Amino acid sequence: MTTLEVLRFAVRGLSANKMRSFLTILGILIGVAAVILLVAVGEGSSQSIQSRIQQLGSNTLTVMQSFNGGGGRGGGFAGGGGGGGTGPRTQARGLTLADAKAIADKSAAPSVKSVSPVVTAQSSTATYEGASHSIGQMVGTYPSYFEAQNKQIAKGVYFYDADVLAARKVIVIGQTVVDDLFGTVDPIGKQISVNGVPYTVIGVLKESGSSGFQDGDDLAIAPLPAVQQTLTGFGNLGSIIVQATDATSADSAQSEVTAVLDQRHGITGAAAADFRILNQATLQETVSESTQTFTVLLGAVAAISLLVGGIGITNIMLVTVTERTREIGIRKAIGAPKGAILGQFLAEATMLSLIGGLLGVAVALIGTRFTIAGVTPVLVPASIALALGVSVGIGLFFGSYPANRAAKLRPIEALRHE
Amino acid sequence: MSPVLEIQDVTKVYGEGEVVVRALRGISLTVERGDYVAIMGASGSGKSTLMNIIGCLDVPTSGRYALDGTEVGRLSDAQLAVVRNRRIGFVFQSFNLIPRMSALANVELPLAYGGLKGAERRRRALAALDQVGLAERVGHQPNELSGGQQQRVAIARALVTSPTLLLADEPTGALDSHSSADVLAIFDRLSRGGRTIVVITHENDVAAHAKRVVRLMDGRIVEDHRLAPVDGPPPLKREVAGR
Ligand SMILES: Nc1ncnc2c1ncn2[C@@H]1O[C@H](COP(=O)(O)OP(=O)(O)OP(=O)(O)O)[C@@H](O)[C@H]1O
Ligand SMILES: [Mg+2]
Repeated sequence: MTTLEVLRFAVRGLSANKMRSFLTILGILIGVAAVILLVAVGEGSSQSIQSRIQQLGSNTLTVMQSFNGGGGRGGGFAGGGGGGGTGPRTQARGLTLADAKAIADKSAAPSVKSVSPVVTAQSSTATYEGASHSIGQMVGTYPSYFEAQNKQIAKGVYFYDADVLAARKVIVIGQTVVDDLFGTVDPIGKQISVNGVPYTVIGVLKESGSSGFQDGDDLAIAPLPAVQQTLTGFGNLGSIIVQATDATSADSAQSEVTAVLDQRHGITGAAAADFRILNQATLQETVSESTQTFTVLLGAVAAISLLVGGIGITNIMLVTVTERTREIGIRKAIGAPKGAILGQFLAEATMLSLIGGLLGVAVALIGTRFTIAGVTPVLVPASIALALGVSVGIGLFFGSYPANRAAKLRPIEALRHE
Repeated sequence: MSPVLEIQDVTKVYGEGEVVVRALRGISLTVERGDYVAIMGASGSGKSTLMNIIGCLDVPTSGRYALDGTEVGRLSDAQLAVVRNRRIGFVFQSFNLIPRMSALANVELPLAYGGLKGAERRRRALAALDQVGLAERVGHQPNELSGGQQQRVAIARALVTSPTLLLADEPTGALDSHSSADVLAIFDRLSRGGRTIVVITHENDVAAHAKRVVRLMDGRIVEDHRLAPVDGPPPLKREVAGR
């Protein structure tokens, strides 16, 4: 018996029962396609989340006042700076402009590229010719903030150091604010009033889209002293955005900043720090870990469907073998060796799973060209190899049990089978 | 030269405990090369049981069995498959062709398992089909053939490997008298050609073709009667219907 002949027997066996073979193939097809597609969807969403995070600005640290005093140095996940209003612990000192200036000292913190002190005004309302809009985030800061936070200008200009020094009331606004106040009118050069204080619009931010529940375009950015004068007062800073010189120096920048602030705030040894530093890189790691978990979860669900497909193959092979026991008896009576019988049924099972697997890959490849539930799937080559390998493995593994049973039968037992 | 078939004290017991059936109770039988033996006996006397053991489809409960001088009980599974393939041709009452395979493919099958390839295999299968007068029907599947034709395909399949021993369990049991005559004529011709044949039958007409008649009763041989010498022609001479 040549391999070709074994294969020919297998094809004949499969085509004798086309509907059944088709349904079995379909089961495997769905399993394989599901594994590849769901992993691709998981990967796609994780990549889009990561690119959003990177949009927030790479290699930046956010220094914030710590309200619990202990523990949370580095890591952690907190919203954008909590203004001066809420009460820190009595002995804790808030972040000040002087802190920011100390961090900016090149000799104390060589890994730091720029420092942007930030205040955020709560509930500020902007009005323009009768239209009014409650700005989600009113930020007062330095020009370096734009680069550190990856805020790009779509129209107009940023403000400059000179504007900061002069505390000019100029403002750069996000698209949501533009839409609400101006509609289709060009906002550049127009005067809006924020909580009654007039600001001149000099730029419009590029749309960044909403990330989750927060609208990333509902914000306004103005020079720090202007916001302090008119909205927040000259108290503590909300946060300090520190940009490291490059991605690899984010960690050393973090320790330098820590050292500077520890010294300035008189924190020694085990004493709890009254500030904490949010490291963008750490955040990315955390998020990518959780999106990976998500992908694995999707893959696991799909793997179960693949397993169900495998059980389908076993079932079909069992039925096939039982149904063809007599034929097996005839074949054995005319001298078929055990290997030939085993080979035939194994080849049938493998063919079912291989055809199903390849069609599944094809379906998945087509499927990944479409956007699924708002996510552009990203094909993971390893998932193709894995799904295909598993499906063939399933065919061999689950097919071998009935095939072995068939091959072991004594000819007369098989012939007597009704 | 050793006899084709040498059976000593073979017994076969089916089942266990309360429901044991002693199908064979000590059979000894020797068949020489070229003999044509008819096995007769009442229903349930153990004819098929004996035939299955001779054909290596089943194993005896006790006793010895040598085929062509080879002790069958000592053979491994793989060796048994070779014996079934090369030494024995088995014809069943119910034909036992493989469905959805052409007559030619059915006849080629033993050669395929024997490792013969391509053109030679085809040539020999066609020759065997020609021998049974079915040269024109090679492409038909079993369900497109009459019972007599199916049985002739089955005989071609049994003959195609040129086995030492041709076994037939009631080969004419499912056939009308005309088809039966065709089959018996083929057996006669094979016997005259020197092939060793053992055939089970209920019908005296069929047994009349054999050189020797063995009668079974309750798992024992009760009569062993020779009609013609081993090396002579079979007693009845009929030509194959010219087809
Ligand atoms: N697989 C089996 N299990 C149990 N008993 C069996 C089995 N096969 C045959 N027998 C019993 O063995 C005895 C002999 O059966 P066997 O088939 O050899 O008879 P036979 O002479 O061929 O009969 P027939 O002429 O009707 O074909 C019978 O009593 C039968 O019931
Ligand atoms: Mg019988």
